[in-house]
Amino acid sequence: MKSRSFRELPLHLMILPGFVLVFIYSYIPMAGIIMAFERLVPSKGMFLSPWVGWANFEYMLRMPDIARVLGNTFFIAAMKMTAGIVVPVTFALLLNEAKNRLFKRGVQTIVYFPHFLSWIILSGILIDILSPSTGIVNGLLGWLGLPSVYFLGDAGWFPFTMVVSDTWKEFGYGTIVYLAALAGINPALYEAAEMDGAGRIRQTLSVTLPALLPIIVLMSVLSLGNVLNAGFDQIFNLYSPQVYETGDIIDTLVYRIGIENANYGVATAVGLFKSVVSFVMVGASYMLAYRLTGYRIF
Amino acid sequence: MVRASFGRRLFIVCNYVFLAATAAACLLPLLNVLAISFSSSSAVAAGQVTLWPVDFSLKSYEFVIGKPEFGNAFLISVLRVVVGMPLNMLLTILIAYPLSKDRRQFRFRNAYAWYFVLTMLFSGGLIPWFMTIKMTGILDTFWALILPSAVPVFNVILLLNFFKSLPDEIEEAAEIDGAGRWQALWRIAVPLSAPAIATLTLFCIVTHWNSWFEGLILMNRPEHYPLQSYLQTVIVGRDMALMTAADVARWAEISDRTSKAAQVFVAMLPVLLVYPFLQKHFAEGIVMGSVKG
Repeated sequence: MKSRSFRELPLHLMILPGFVLVFIYSYIPMAGIIMAFERLVPSKGMFLSPWVGWANFEYMLRMPDIARVLGNTFFIAAMKMTAGIVVPVTFALLLNEAKNRLFKRGVQTIVYFPHFLSWIILSGILIDILSPSTGIVNGLLGWLGLPSVYFLGDAGWFPFTMVVSDTWKEFGYGTIVYLAALAGINPALYEAAEMDGAGRIRQTLSVTLPALLPIIVLMSVLSLGNVLNAGFDQIFNLYSPQVYETGDIIDTLVYRIGIENANYGVATAVGLFKSVVSFVMVGASYMLAYRLTGYRIF
Repeated sequence: MVRASFGRRLFIVCNYVFLAATAAACLLPLLNVLAISFSSSSAVAAGQVTLWPVDFSLKSYEFVIGKPEFGNAFLISVLRVVVGMPLNMLLTILIAYPLSKDRRQFRFRNAYAWYFVLTMLFSGGLIPWFMTIKMTGILDTFWALILPSAVPVFNVILLLNFFKSLPDEIEEAAEIDGAGRWQALWRIAVPLSAPAIATLTLFCIVTHWNSWFEGLILMNRPEHYPLQSYLQTVIVGRDMALMTAADVARWAEISDRTSKAAQVFVAMLPVLLVYPFLQKHFAEGIVMGSVKG
């Protein structure tokens, strides 16, 4: 009889290549957080540069924009999180009422598609269709007799443009889990409700919604981890200095401080702040999901 | 069968109209850009183009195809998918299989699982990530687009949960017949998971094709950019430095908008091509990973 360790050896070997790659490209950067306490000297690298203690964090707190950027990040992220639950749930409920299978399938095919396009492609499209002078959206507004709106260049409109366009891209894909849950409801429940004299609205409230509730709770809880993810890919490609006031977020700020101004220590400090807050939120959301619905990651 | 009430019928009609309108709202912006790309620049400038090409023209596509930088970036993206996707899948399968065993079969299973999951929960942030890649000497090389994203941890978890749902008995029987762990993986677990693996493969293709940020900051020279990074500079960043004098002359001829629209559409084409295959599988793919008992 071979020993247990020997029998488990192939399993270790299978994991090894991935283990090493993750160590290099995920764990070394985690150790690189030390840069938040250093003034980077390129010749000495990220682990041996001179130590400056909390200086980078003090600099961060003195930055005039930091409170505004935090506020923008939270505001945009919270609106996206809310829309990311409400819109897919509503749409799934309505789609579930459409009984024509071909129609349903067609709608699904179309609304899932934008999820698979990059924000580069969608930015190209949005910049064109939202242009105040030539875009088709403002053309439509003009036809309706409304004044044209600079959706991407007006600080008042910018955050809402981000939330609406992000919801437009993702809501279809978001309906998938709810449609799966709806398909799993036992039809006998509806028959029983009908027998008891429940109308369609009553059936929705008493059968459909309770059946969806666990998955709605789960998706809401899991989305808590995104509280500081306002969407770098989208905002970086659509914002401009004239909308920094309402559109600048932590990730874009880190990019400008770190990559454009090469102020590595401060950028790492700001990034670390975001990572810590996100870690706490994601950790708490997984715990909550486990408590409420028994959800486990693996 | 009771005849539906008037209110009920009104709801059904309104609902169909609403659903169709929403689907149209998802489709029309794409059709508008497609129509612009096939129209003449004067018709576009006059604002005549909505959903159908006006004054049909292929000039903008000639411009895009005649642009060596575009073709070069397209090839880099194709190469990235061809090299990156198989590596992603190999690593995903090799990590997911041992982690799908329970603790009695593989004592270190939980420690390894947390090792990978932790990277989803916490990251060093942009700057340390960049410095690490620089330190490993792959900055400004093709490998910077492949190695740092070689292990898609989220996909590992989806596949792990799929492997777990396979019946144990088949593997046990194979083991009695003398099959080792490697044979059990390649001859039993992988073939039985074909739908899940197909879904993840398509996810990896789309992810590699769409990713733009790595190319933009890890490559020093524009001729190393993959397509999406190149488009970022041309369409969003409007980087005139990337254009030669001849480009600018041709650019003036075809308006900015038609050529951008053509580039957007060509970059979208590969995603459109895999979408039918993707759509066949991904719904069950997502559900299998996220809503399990």
